[in-house]
Amino acid sequence: MSLLSSTSQQAKHQQLGLSNETLVAMYTHMLTARMFDERMMLMQRAGKINFHVSGIGQEVAQVAAAYALDRDNDYFLPYYRDYGFVLSVGMTLRDLFLSAFAKAEDPNSGGRQMPGHFGSKRLRIVTGSSPVTTQVPHAVGLALAAKMKNKSFVSFVTFGEGSSNQGDFHEGSNFAAVHKLPVILMCENNQYAISVPVHKQVAGKISDRALGYGMHGERVDGNDALEVYRVVKEARERAVKGEGPTLIEAMMYRISPHSTSDNDLAYRTKEEVEHHRALDGLPRFRMYIEELGLWNDELERTLREEIKKQLDEASSYADKAPFPTPESVLDHVYADTRKEEKH
Amino acid sequence: MPTMSYIDAIRTAMAEEMERDDNVFVLGEDVGVKGGVFTTTKGLYEQFGEMRALDTPLSESAIAGVAIGAAMYGMRPIAEMQYSDFMFPATNQIISEAAKIRYRSNNDWNCPVVIRAPIGGGVFGGLYHSQCPESVFFGTPGLKIVAPYRPYDAKGLLKAAIRDEDPVLYFENKKSYRLISGEVPEEDYVVEIGKANVLREGDDITVIGYSLPLRFVEQAAEELAEEGISTHILDLRTIQPLDKEAILEAVRRTGKVLIVHEDNKTGGVGAEVAAIIAEELLFELDAPIMRLCGPDVPAMPINPPGEKFFLLNTEKVKAAMKQLADF
Repeated sequence: MSLLSSTSQQAKHQQLGLSNETLVAMYTHMLTARMFDERMMLMQRAGKINFHVSGIGQEVAQVAAAYALDRDNDYFLPYYRDYGFVLSVGMTLRDLFLSAFAKAEDPNSGGRQMPGHFGSKRLRIVTGSSPVTTQVPHAVGLALAAKMKNKSFVSFVTFGEGSSNQGDFHEGSNFAAVHKLPVILMCENNQYAISVPVHKQVAGKISDRALGYGMHGERVDGNDALEVYRVVKEARERAVKGEGPTLIEAMMYRISPHSTSDNDLAYRTKEEVEHHRALDGLPRFRMYIEELGLWNDELERTLREEIKKQLDEASSYADKAPFPTPESVLDHVYADTRKEEKH
Repeated sequence: MPTMSYIDAIRTAMAEEMERDDNVFVLGEDVGVKGGVFTTTKGLYEQFGEMRALDTPLSESAIAGVAIGAAMYGMRPIAEMQYSDFMFPATNQIISEAAKIRYRSNNDWNCPVVIRAPIGGGVFGGLYHSQCPESVFFGTPGLKIVAPYRPYDAKGLLKAAIRDEDPVLYFENKKSYRLISGEVPEEDYVVEIGKANVLREGDDITVIGYSLPLRFVEQAAEELAEEGISTHILDLRTIQPLDKEAILEAVRRTGKVLIVHEDNKTGGVGAEVAAIIAEELLFELDAPIMRLCGPDVPAMPINPPGEKFFLLNTEKVKAAMKQLADF
């Protein structure tokens, strides 16, 4: 399928108001996230880091969603696979490696949390935890603040299809819909909750749940960057017009194992993974920009070299950066934590 | 100084803080049009409108979680749990989220939320409208927990909680709403979180407690004074962080200590208070540390004899205090 094929004379990205430069920037973020992820897997295998939880196969939807938001004003509540998303809203590779190495300078948590637990007040990336989907009510609370203070920002929150079964998803969705709050909920349906396949997680479509909450719901091909961009952009338009929240179910596939601690071939076949790898949205998006004449093998090679250089520099910096001091364990329990209480 | 009921002190604290700072708002079930099932938020809807006295869906985890999200933006939400017994669905939001937001973000984000919840029995509420859940949250670093007894502290601690930069659980005693009244200044004031208060000075025995049981202690102390027993009473007011200095000072005063609370004995706040005393001044004690608490049963029953058996009262407290004095 060519993304250029359209009944209209305009290419799809033009209909969406996306410039050529933006398409290339999006592709750059997608490829950066992919190559970061691959590097993390290698580093874990080499024993350089303890753990990595991958987002390979999900970057296209993540980056496209980020570009459809107001990246200077909106609030973001990503989940642990959202490397493509956080890179698109301003987090750097250095930040991510500092987190992976659990170094003091890590802006996410100062080396306290596992990798993938994003947070940066400066970037309006709201700090997250590991019990899944607790961030949905937080997104609703931020949106409530937007409504109360008459601000035009929206909150954007992601989670997996497994997580969508948590009470906090339902409680938050219902609350947001009742009060018509500017929240965009995007389920990154990657077909697996660790080992449990989607058909054992949900009997219906997650996007259909929107009907029950009284909000707009939409399923979208998560490998189709421009479609994801469109539905998130439309959701944002509804949100700022006071039309309430939107539930988006972006369909994708977790190409990697759940984490570096997971042997995925214990519960799925290589053939299945290969089938989905062929549907990967990243080469598909590259093909789109190639057809527009914006991309070619030479540009690809240059970009990959540039990203590799950035990965080398960032990982080397983070590797050499100091750990937090042992005593810093005692810091920041409260605003007024006093050093003399240490014992 | 005007006299005010406990519930009016709570309501006045909210109203004044909402007047002072338009980031302050209250949310929960029935807190808007109805003014709360106990009328704690009565008048706030009329004065501040539906957004700032916000009726929410019946969904405690969302009430807490939405408040946490708003607090991270910079609002000052007061989330009401209708009964503390219904707070448990929100426990993950309180313990995994609110308590850890500052710490896990290395001081980047913070969560200035207040979660109010009525505790305690004596209202024929049965198992699920009577509990004292303090011990579930006690011992979770990152949370502050207050449990006022006097209207003065109810108002001053709530104001302090609303202005605090960290999450505060505010446990108000539902039986105290109309039972307890006391002097409350008209001018603005706060009661510092983390500071206990001496309710009565005495030389023979020390009683340490919080919330409604202190009423029984005060009454018993009055009666025992006529028998020549002098009681020193310390109101913890804040149960996390505990005012260690005040506890030790109060115990040193008499060398005999009784710890009193309605929450059940095992793993309760009193266990920690006892441990602090034992660690710091065991050899200064003239009697073993005593505790008088709710029994270790899941919760109190609704039948009147059962409820009476579970609850503390002046007679039970007086008997324990006398026993300690006689040691």
